Amino acid sequence: MLDLDLTLRERLGMEKIIQEALSGHVGETGGLITGLRHVQERCGFVPSETVRIAAELFNISQAEVRGVISFYADFRDKKPGQHHIRLCVAEACQSVGARAIEEDLLNRFAVRMGETDAADFVTIEPVYCLGLCSCAPAAEVNGKLIARVDGQRIADEVVS
Amino acid sequence: MSKQRIFVPLDSAAVALGADDVAAAIVREAAARDLDIEIVRTGSRGMHWLEPLIEVEVEGQRVGYGPTQQSEVLSLFDAGFLEGADHEKSVGIVANLPFMKDQQRLTFSRCGITDPLSLSDYQAHGGLDGVKRAIKLEQSDIVEVIKTSGLRGRGGAGFPAGIKWDTVQGAQADQKYIVCNADEGDSGTFADRMIMEGDPLLLIEGMVIAGLGVGATKGYIYLRSEYPIAARILNEAIEVAKSNKLLGDDVLGSGIAFHLTVFIGAGAYICGEETSLLESLEGKRGLVRAKPPLPALEGLFGKPTLVHNVLSLCAVPWILANGGDAYAEYGQGRSKGTLAFQLAGNIKQGGLFETAFGVKLGDLVNKYGGGTRTGRPFKTVQIGGPLGAYLPEQMLELPMDYEVMAQNGAGVGHGGIVVFDDTADLMAQARYAFEFCAEESCGKCTPCRVGAVRGEEVIDKIAAGTDYDQNMVLLEDLCELMVDGSLCAMGGMTPIPVMSAVKHFPDDFAPRHVREAAE
Ligand SMILES: NC(=O)c1ccc[n+]([C@@H]2O[C@H](COP(=O)([O-])OP(=O)(O)OC[C@H]3O[C@@H](n4cnc5c(N)ncnc54)[C@H](O)[C@@H]3O)[C@@H](O)[C@H]2O)c1
Ligand SMILES: Cc1cc2nc3c(=O)[nH]c(=O)nc-3n(C[C@H](O)[C@H](O)[C@H](O)COP(=O)(O)O)c2cc1C
Ligand code: SF4
Ligand code: FES
Ligand code: FES
Repeated sequence: MLDLDLTLRERLGMEKIIQEALSGHVGETGGLITGLRHVQERCGFVPSETVRIAAELFNISQAEVRGVISFYADFRDKKPGQHHIRLCVAEACQSVGARAIEEDLLNRFAVRMGETDAADFVTIEPVYCLGLCSCAPAAEVNGKLIARVDGQRIADEVVS
Repeated sequence: MSKQRIFVPLDSAAVALGADDVAAAIVREAAARDLDIEIVRTGSRGMHWLEPLIEVEVEGQRVGYGPTQQSEVLSLFDAGFLEGADHEKSVGIVANLPFMKDQQRLTFSRCGITDPLSLSDYQAHGGLDGVKRAIKLEQSDIVEVIKTSGLRGRGGAGFPAGIKWDTVQGAQADQKYIVCNADEGDSGTFADRMIMEGDPLLLIEGMVIAGLGVGATKGYIYLRSEYPIAARILNEAIEVAKSNKLLGDDVLGSGIAFHLTVFIGAGAYICGEETSLLESLEGKRGLVRAKPPLPALEGLFGKPTLVHNVLSLCAVPWILANGGDAYAEYGQGRSKGTLAFQLAGNIKQGGLFETAFGVKLGDLVNKYGGGTRTGRPFKTVQIGGPLGAYLPEQMLELPMDYEVMAQNGAGVGHGGIVVFDDTADLMAQARYAFEFCAEESCGKCTPCRVGAVRGEEVIDKIAAGTDYDQNMVLLEDLCELMVDGSLCAMGGMTPIPVMSAVKHFPDDFAPRHVREAAE
């Protein structure tokens, strides 16, 4: 697990961040999920310590917390690479070449779908529809939506 | 002189095509020319092939320019676009374009025109008429209006809204909820997103009326995480509604409370299924619940809950303002009112087209959509999302109508229409349907969880020509098993795209070596 490499100081700092991100959502409807999203927003991923802390705060079992984290595609257990590409691979995007773009990107960045390249430069994940199906193919690069893309356009966005 | 207003969409599609950059360039250029302008960020008109489409007001008419790029802003100013002058990118008076003129926009009447966060704009264009009428009515009268309208669930299943309202209204409980399903997971659909970004007060008004009608005082909007712009706009609109007493302890002086919160999902298609959604909203894994009990009786935290799609709720204000009969005048047969059709995929003029039920599928694809974007021959259209059927060209004659489509093995669904040209391989699309089901299954029942993975394997064998005839039979059996044995429509409807592909495009299911030899 990646966060084993962290120093004690970093670990304590992170623990505090997790506490803070979660505690505001205890007692809220669906608070665990909202809290986890906030943990990820602040840490870049959901560190393994979150399981214990959330279980205590929300007064549920660690297994339940783990179950929630693993159920939802948004929650990551590792930091993504320096750049984050989410490529839409759903039907409307397929109809205008999403599969070819996927192949192109994986070659360009020497990475596998759903993974980060060896240099930690880019993470590519599939997404099933961004609601831009009228101007497909679509992608999200570092949080920015782009439509009518090709491999080059996405690569340009990564280096921009 | 008052500030000249320039309208630039904030809609995700426009932004993804550069609208923010265009808006920034306009501000810079106006400053350089010492012009006093105001940028109004609106929703999109739904003509996405023209996005970013910027508009100016000239003699009470909106003149448009699109698709515009940042680099064209200078020439727009030089040409005098502020006065509506001609330019290479001019489209003329937007409302007069055939794509706009031929629509019957009941729900999207304001989208792309008004400032989504201005309550005065909203009211000036008919907003709040519905809720004001509802306040004067008894609960049962409100439910009666919905029944008369013939409105059916726009999320895809098409269940009569009036019956659902009646059930929730009649249930006795200390707390009831309105839950808006804004998970919009289907590929090929974006109408929910567009209305939430372009006219969020409409959704709020619809939910308030629903609360008044069934006696619910709390509402949630379950929004997918892929829609950050919609999340921002909805939250801002809720603040506007609160400060104007459209939301709060005393809705518009009625003495009745309604509170509304946005909840953001975490990336799970199955959470669009209403019971999975409710589990998720309770902060749990989105495992599907068995029905019955229906959410209408035992929903969120076990309380009676009215779960509706965004567009079902957005139809409500118009219905209350104009009457159930007026709504039922649109459409045909048992498909009443209008639907926001979404033209997507390999299509020249992609976007949103709202019109009464009964419109021909082929008119949406060709007359309004302009045919394939690549210009290659049309091959198929998938309607009703990833769980919907692939239809061949002959079926473009069919009218969009719940019953007619069902008789033809298809469904109107949420109104998504995804076009494919002749390069599409329907065996690959069928395999993808299984792949998607395997990826997104909640895992609760075996026919879906295991069936989807088996489906991928069987198609791979068919492609390879291994025990071909046997595997074609197996594919059909497997689909039958999934239809009969799945707990929810995820597993239960995945066979629709698969078997429609087999039925209408048998040539695509020949083994790979046969197909290659034929080429
Ligand atoms: N919009 C999207 O993104 C999307 C994605 C996937 C699937 N879908 C659609 O979802 C549909 C399946 O949904 P479903 O499984 O919820 O359908 P369903 O037929 O079980 O239910 C439809 C609605 O009617 C209610 N209902 C049913 N019987 C009732 C009764 N007797 N009294 C009161 N209320 C009643 C249900 O609670 C539900 O809200 C499919 O047809 C598909 O088109 C939509
Ligand atoms: C797998 C699956 C996914 C669904 N996704 C959505 C969705 O994203 N949005 C939606 O409104 N309904 C979706 N539904 C339908 C809902 O279960 C439910 O029928 C709907 O929210 C009821 O609202 P309506 O009556 O207004 O359509 C989905 C159903 C299934 C089986
Ligand atoms: S059919 Fe699939 S998604 Fe639906 S309950 Fe069963 S396993 Fe879950
Ligand atoms: S951490 Fe600030 S609101 Fe969740
Ligand atoms: S299918 Fe790719 S954006 Fe909708």
